[in-house]
Amino acid sequence: MPSGVVAIRNATILTAAGPTIRNGTIVLRDGKIVAVGANVTVPPEARVVDGTGKFVTPGVIDTHSHLGVYAAPGVDANSDGNEMTSPSTPNVWAEHSVWPQDPQFPRALSAGVTTIQILPGSANLFGGRSVVLKVVPSRTVQGMKFPAAKYGLKMACGENPKRVYAQRGLMTRMGNVAGYRTQWINAEAYRRKWDKWLAGDKKGDPPQRDLAMETLAEVLRGNILVHNHCYRADEMAQMIDIAKEFGYKIASFHHGVEAYKVADLLAANNIAASVWSDWGGFKMEAMDGVRGNLPLLQNAGVRTIVHSDDANGMQRLNQDAAKGISEGRTIGINVSEDDAIKWITINPAAALGLDDKIGSLVVGKNADVVLWDKNPFSIYARAEKVFIDGAMLFDRLDPSQRWRTDFELGYVPSERIP
Amino acid sequence: MKKTTNRVWGLGRGVAFGAALVLAMPTAAQSQTIAITGGRVHPVSGPVIENGTVLIQGGKIVSVGTNVVIPAGATRIDATGKWVTPGIVNVATTLGVVEIGAVEETNDTPARGRGDAVTASHKVWEGFNPNSPLIQVTRNDGITTVGVVPGGGLVGGQAAMVDLSDGDLAAMMLQAPIAMTADIGSKGDQVGGTRAEVLQRLRDLLADTREYMRRRADYEKNATRELAARRGDLEALIPVVQGRLPLVIDANRASEIESALNLAKEFSLKIMISGGAEAWMVAPKLAAAKVPVIVGALNNIPLSFAMLGARQENAALLQEAGATVLINGGADGFNARNVRFEAGNAVAFGLSWDAALRAVTLSPAEAFGVADRIGSLQAGREANVVIWSGDPFEPLTRAERVLVRGVDVRRPSRQDELMLRYKVLPPTYRR
Repeated sequence: MPSGVVAIRNATILTAAGPTIRNGTIVLRDGKIVAVGANVTVPPEARVVDGTGKFVTPGVIDTHSHLGVYAAPGVDANSDGNEMTSPSTPNVWAEHSVWPQDPQFPRALSAGVTTIQILPGSANLFGGRSVVLKVVPSRTVQGMKFPAAKYGLKMACGENPKRVYAQRGLMTRMGNVAGYRTQWINAEAYRRKWDKWLAGDKKGDPPQRDLAMETLAEVLRGNILVHNHCYRADEMAQMIDIAKEFGYKIASFHHGVEAYKVADLLAANNIAASVWSDWGGFKMEAMDGVRGNLPLLQNAGVRTIVHSDDANGMQRLNQDAAKGISEGRTIGINVSEDDAIKWITINPAAALGLDDKIGSLVVGKNADVVLWDKNPFSIYARAEKVFIDGAMLFDRLDPSQRWRTDFELGYVPSERIP
Repeated sequence: MKKTTNRVWGLGRGVAFGAALVLAMPTAAQSQTIAITGGRVHPVSGPVIENGTVLIQGGKIVSVGTNVVIPAGATRIDATGKWVTPGIVNVATTLGVVEIGAVEETNDTPARGRGDAVTASHKVWEGFNPNSPLIQVTRNDGITTVGVVPGGGLVGGQAAMVDLSDGDLAAMMLQAPIAMTADIGSKGDQVGGTRAEVLQRLRDLLADTREYMRRRADYEKNATRELAARRGDLEALIPVVQGRLPLVIDANRASEIESALNLAKEFSLKIMISGGAEAWMVAPKLAAAKVPVIVGALNNIPLSFAMLGARQENAALLQEAGATVLINGGADGFNARNVRFEAGNAVAFGLSWDAALRAVTLSPAEAFGVADRIGSLQAGREANVVIWSGDPFEPLTRAERVLVRGVDVRRPSRQDELMLRYKVLPPTYRR
């Protein structure tokens, strides 16, 4: 995509890497951030964007999305997110379900979301491989995949697998745990067999490939990151024990409405918490959700992340972060805007293993940048311009250039402004 | 996947419940005289008053303005630098009737009925639990009144409006029923049939309600043909066909909304539209018919083929066309408090700030016939008053005082207790 040189001048810049820069300038060139600060010289060839009164942040990153796999409209034919044929399906890959023409993608972009992890659903103990996408127009998922991003493995605790498989396979939390452990034992054996073959003289036939075991073995080797849907505090502790038993790491718990109850445990084990600001209550394992989850986690030193799991919520992760700041003040935990912006930028980048490339505004990183018309912690703020790899892919002030998916043509009134 | 909220909407006006009787005797707390002074007062019924005073006696507002004489002995609340508004109304919730959606025994909507999707006699408030901990969670955020609304079915049942005051349901009740709910979207599993069939079923129901009214004596003697619903449901629909009780029709596609408008004309119904994803596409017609629209402001996803035109400017475009907009959001009890952020987002997408405040206060009160009780800061209204640290639509703003009928109801909620318990780890489990 054409990027050229862009300079946003005289804006308030939340870098997610240090203190807010007032009246700052950021320069994007060839897809990278080449300068950011209060005293930056604007190159003469730059296209200058006046940021007076406006705010600049890194692109918003969501660790938990089903865009493309549960595409809109939500008809059965578009329901491609949960392979509910077995409690254990590490063999399936979300990228094989993603529909690049899902009209939810341009709406995410219009809200400043630039990178998302697409996960399989939570029906299964092992739901399958996730994929990290850039929110860009493309005919194919291959054109959206974040280059060299690690895959994730979706795992799920608690009520969902229990409910889905009550009549066929497992029906209790102890059944869930037996299911995880059995598969990890299989994966251990598979990894040993293959590692032995790879380390040997490689004569003769290699061992038979097994898609499910390949994914799990890659987790054991540290090459795939575990993203674990888990609501209850005690279940998170169980999952940590299982991870230790088999020697893998959990990158992030997801949903974690009770994460605040074991914040110390998460911090000690360096596990991120991807949570909502205040969504909960809809099922038994979600009833102890509190609006203070984010500040309580932050306060305990956990890598704290606001996630969405929802195509609407994804467009307002900044507002969720603001709710977290607000509730923190009420319960006596002061979270600065400089810390809260990390909940939707560098922290999710780290949970995806991409914090060396995206998530903060520092020289050398990808130029994924959002210009907001107001302070992003205000309810009234909207993303005005959104850059991915330095290319301006969304400009609220220029509807003629707006990304419209194939699906929308003729169906969605064209005067709509996302 | 995140469990999405049940489809519920909100609803009207109707017969007084036992509330007036109870309220005639103010409690000790309500007998207090309270003067809120120095704040930026938004009466909603009139222009903003800087440095205004709101005087409360016996649980009612007695005076609002800049020259209010404060009686000796009044409890003064200094609201200097604060914003003062009427309590926020969330017109469409399941607060008190659904505790945990997925736990059947705590879920009292929708009605099961007899499988014909008509449960007009269903008075959802009869399942209301005044002891739900979610009430405290909700009112701590400045929400003082909610519509309690049945979901599901072709005709889902009757809704009520309750104040989130202390006391039992009779004490909390503002009015019941405020409306009847119906759903004309073709959703197969719930109502069944084509859009045309669903409309015809509704017409048959309304026509047979008239028939039942005309020939009640014959009906008692079994001297009528079979009617389209049971006696109780026909009985409940009488105020609807008389145009006294609003029928709130859930419809999203523009054509469904037009069908609802035509039906209202055909049967002289008083209706409102809920859902209304594509309402902006027929905004002038809604305005001309004086049909209020209950919309959220957080949906721009073409979630179904009936919602292809969903956009966040919906509320603003309706307002611009002259239609009455009521903003709802956070239908389930756990999220009912978030309606103020829904209003804020509507402002971000073009609705004027004043219109947004009206859409969550006075407009719902007017639409459902309780504007003489709530929705504005005027003499004679219930003292449902919130003192905010700033703009009520901003997440960084806190509801510092929440008065419902003159009583400050801000107390630790179950969530507050959980947070206190786990702020220092490990917890002691002592309190």
